[in-house]
Amino acid sequence: MVQLVISGNYAQSYAAKLARVQVVAAYPITPQTQIVEKIAEFVASGELPAQYIEVESEHSALQACISAAALGARTYTATSSQGLLLMHELLHWASGARAPIVMGNVNRAIAPPWSIWADHGDSMAQRDTGWIQIYAESNQEVLDTTLMAFRLSEDPEVLLPAMVTEDAFFLSHTVEPVDIPSQEQVDGFLPRRRASEGIRPGTPGRLGSFTGPELYAEMRYKVGQAMGRAADVLLEVEDDYRRVTGRDHGGPLPTYRAEDADAVLITMGTASTTARSVVDDMRERGGKVGLAKLRVFRPFPVRAIRELGARVDRIGVLDRSYTFGPMGAAYTEVAGALYAGRSRPLLRNFIAGLGGRDITPTTVEAMYAALLTGDGAEVDWIDLKRKREVGANG
Amino acid sequence: MMSYETVEDLPEAPLATRPSDRITTASWRTFRPVIRLEACTKCYVCWKFCPDVAIGIDKAGWPVVLLDYCKGCGICAEECKPRAIDMVKEG
Amino acid sequence: MARLTIPEIELMRPGHSACPGCGATLAMRYLLKGLGPNTIVTLPACCWTVIATSFPTTALDVPLLDCAFEATGASVSGLRAAADALRMRDVTIVGFAGDGGTADIGLQALSGMLERRTDAIYVMYDNEAYMNTGVQRSGATPLGAWTTTTPVGETSRGKEEPKKDVMAIVAAHRPAYAATLNVAFPEDFLKKVQKAKDIRGPRFLHVLAPCPPGWRYPPEKTIVIGRLATDTNIFPLYEIEAGRYRITRRLGRARPIAEYLEAQNRFGHLTAMEVAAMQAEVDARWKRLLELEALA
Repeated sequence: MVQLVISGNYAQSYAAKLARVQVVAAYPITPQTQIVEKIAEFVASGELPAQYIEVESEHSALQACISAAALGARTYTATSSQGLLLMHELLHWASGARAPIVMGNVNRAIAPPWSIWADHGDSMAQRDTGWIQIYAESNQEVLDTTLMAFRLSEDPEVLLPAMVTEDAFFLSHTVEPVDIPSQEQVDGFLPRRRASEGIRPGTPGRLGSFTGPELYAEMRYKVGQAMGRAADVLLEVEDDYRRVTGRDHGGPLPTYRAEDADAVLITMGTASTTARSVVDDMRERGGKVGLAKLRVFRPFPVRAIRELGARVDRIGVLDRSYTFGPMGAAYTEVAGALYAGRSRPLLRNFIAGLGGRDITPTTVEAMYAALLTGDGAEVDWIDLKRKREVGANG
Repeated sequence: MMSYETVEDLPEAPLATRPSDRITTASWRTFRPVIRLEACTKCYVCWKFCPDVAIGIDKAGWPVVLLDYCKGCGICAEECKPRAIDMVKEG
Repeated sequence: MARLTIPEIELMRPGHSACPGCGATLAMRYLLKGLGPNTIVTLPACCWTVIATSFPTTALDVPLLDCAFEATGASVSGLRAAADALRMRDVTIVGFAGDGGTADIGLQALSGMLERRTDAIYVMYDNEAYMNTGVQRSGATPLGAWTTTTPVGETSRGKEEPKKDVMAIVAAHRPAYAATLNVAFPEDFLKKVQKAKDIRGPRFLHVLAPCPPGWRYPPEKTIVIGRLATDTNIFPLYEIEAGRYRITRRLGRARPIAEYLEAQNRFGHLTAMEVAAMQAEVDARWKRLLELEALA
C-alpha cells in the first residue's frame, strides 16, 4: 500500500489499473481528460496491458465498451456532461444488455451556455437508465468506490453497469492524499471477471434481440430486480473492501450527528464536506443539526431514507442540479421514498451550487436556518442572485 | 419444449439461443416450386440462389425443396437453366 | 459428389423472417459461407434485425450482437479489442449494416473504425434505402429512384441527388482491403470474402442486395436484376488492395442501363431524356474506374 497525493481523476486511473481492466474506450472532454491520459500512460508503459480504443465520440466509446463487455472483457470508460448526454441511448443499452461496465463521470454542467464547472445535472439526467450511481466526496472515495464498482457490477446477482461520479475541479483537479491498495490486495478483493450471459465464439446466440408486447415488460422487470439486489450486494462488497483495506465509506446514506438532530441536510458529492464542518460549527453554538450524505443514488436507498425520516422532523435536500421539474431530482426521490413511510417530516429542497458555484458555509447555514424555522418556499434556489444589489454607486 | 412466458422463464440478459429452424414459413407462399428431376442437370443453381435455405441436396445428389421453409419467391425457377422447375399455385 | 461452386456449409438458418426473394439474406448467407463458424457478427437496426427473428430464436449459427443504429463501427472495434484482450484466437469480427446505417447515420463510427485500423470486416449490404422502416431514401438511394420520402409528383422526380460513393469514402481511409460484391455473382462474392478473411487490418465489403418490395419488382427477379446492375456498369465489381483498383468482372460490352431501370418500378417514371442523362453519368463513372485501375 502506498500513499500518493493525487487528483480525483488520477484516482480513477489508478483504480482502473488496479482492477486490471482489459478494454478501455474513451473520448476526451474537460474535466475528465486526465483520467484517460493517465490510463494511456499506464498502457504505453506496459503497466496496464489493456486494449485502448481511441474512439471518435462518446457514443462510440460506450458502444465499444458494451460490445467488449458482451464478449466477456472487463471494461472501463470515463466522461462528463455533454459526453455523458451523448451516451444516453447507450446507457440504456448497457443496462438492458446487462453489461457490467464501470464508468467514471466527472459531474459537470450542461450546455447551453457552455460551462465546465461542477454540477450534477449530467448524471441526474441519466437516473432513468438502469445504471448504479455512486457520488463520491473525496479522492480516496473515488478510488475505493471505483474498485468496489467493478465487484458490484460484475456480481452474478447484479450484472449492471455502474458509474462513480466526482465533482468537476473540486475533486477532478484537486490533489489529496490517497491510499492506493497494493495489486495483491486488489486481486484478492476483485478476481478476474467470470463469464456472464453474453456471446462466446463458437456458441450461437443473439444478445439484444427484439420482442413484442408479450415479453418486453418481463425483460425490463428483470433489470429492475437486479437493481434491487444490487442494494444488498453493495453492502457485502463494502464489507469485503473494509476487511481488505480497513476503509468504509458508510454504505448508501452515511449520516453525521443525525441521531438527535432537529434538522438534517441531505447532500451529495463535495458539498457534504462543507456541510459536515457547518454541522460541527453549529453544534458548538448549540444548534442540533446533522448531515446525511446521499452516496448511492441508484439503487435509491428507500429504506435508509425512511429510517432517517422516522428519526428526524426536518429534512432538507440539496440538489446540485436543476432538472426542469417542479422540484429537484434528489428531492423528488427523497419525497417519494418518504411518502409511503410511517412519518412525514418537514421537507425542503435547496437548489444550489449550479455550474460550479461554490457552496459556502454561509449558504449551508442558511439552509439549516430555513429548515429550523420552517420558513420559506418548498423549493428554494438559495444561492440565486435575484436582484442587483444597490451599492454605493447607484 | 419450454416456452418463454414469464419473468421466471427468461434469461438474465436478452439472449436468444434457439435456432430459427423451428419457425416454418410455408404459409407465406402462394406458389410452390416443383422440380422435374428428369430435366435437372444437378447444377445446384437453385440451391445456390435460394434466400431461404429451402433447397437441400439429398443423398443421391438431387435438389430437394424444403416445403417447411420455401416462401415461393420463384428465384430457383427463374434461374434454373434447363427450366426444370415450375412454380405451381398452392391449394 | 455434388458439384458446388461455393462452399456447402450453411451458417444461416432457415425459418428467418426475410421477404421472399430478399437480396440481404443471400448477402448474409454467402458471407458466412466464406467466413466460417469462428465468426462473430454485430449488426445495428436494419432489415437483418428483424430477419434474424424475434426472441427467443436466432437465424444465425454464429454469435450475433445487436448494437445501436449509429454504432456498428464502434461495436466492431469493441469486439476486436475484447477478442484480443481475451486471446480468442482467429475469431473473425464482422459488422453487418445496411446502407442507411453505414452511409448516413453510421458514417462516423465506420470512419473511426477504419482510421483506428481495427482488424475486422465491415459489410455494408446495400438495398439502397431505409428498407426496414418502409423504403425511405438514404444517402445510398440512386438518383431518380422513387422512395416514400422521394415520391414522384408535380415537383419531384424521385431522389434528386446522386448515390453517395461509399467506396470512395472508404478508399480515402486506405483500408487493408475493400471490394464491391453482388449477390448475383456468388462465386466472385465468395472469392472476395475468403480473400478478405485472410487479410489483417480494416476491410470493407459493399454488397449490392436487391430488394423486391423496395425496388418494386417481382421477387423471382432478384438475381436477374442484380446481374443487370453489374452488367450495365451501374454497380461494377472491383476490389481495392493496397490502394490498387482491380475490376473483377467486365463484359466485352456493357448492357444499356435502360434494361436495368425498366425492370424496376421505382424507376418507372423516368423519361427517355432522364435515362440518357443517367447513362452518360454511368459511362463517365465507368471510365473513371478504368482510369483508377490503370493507375495501379
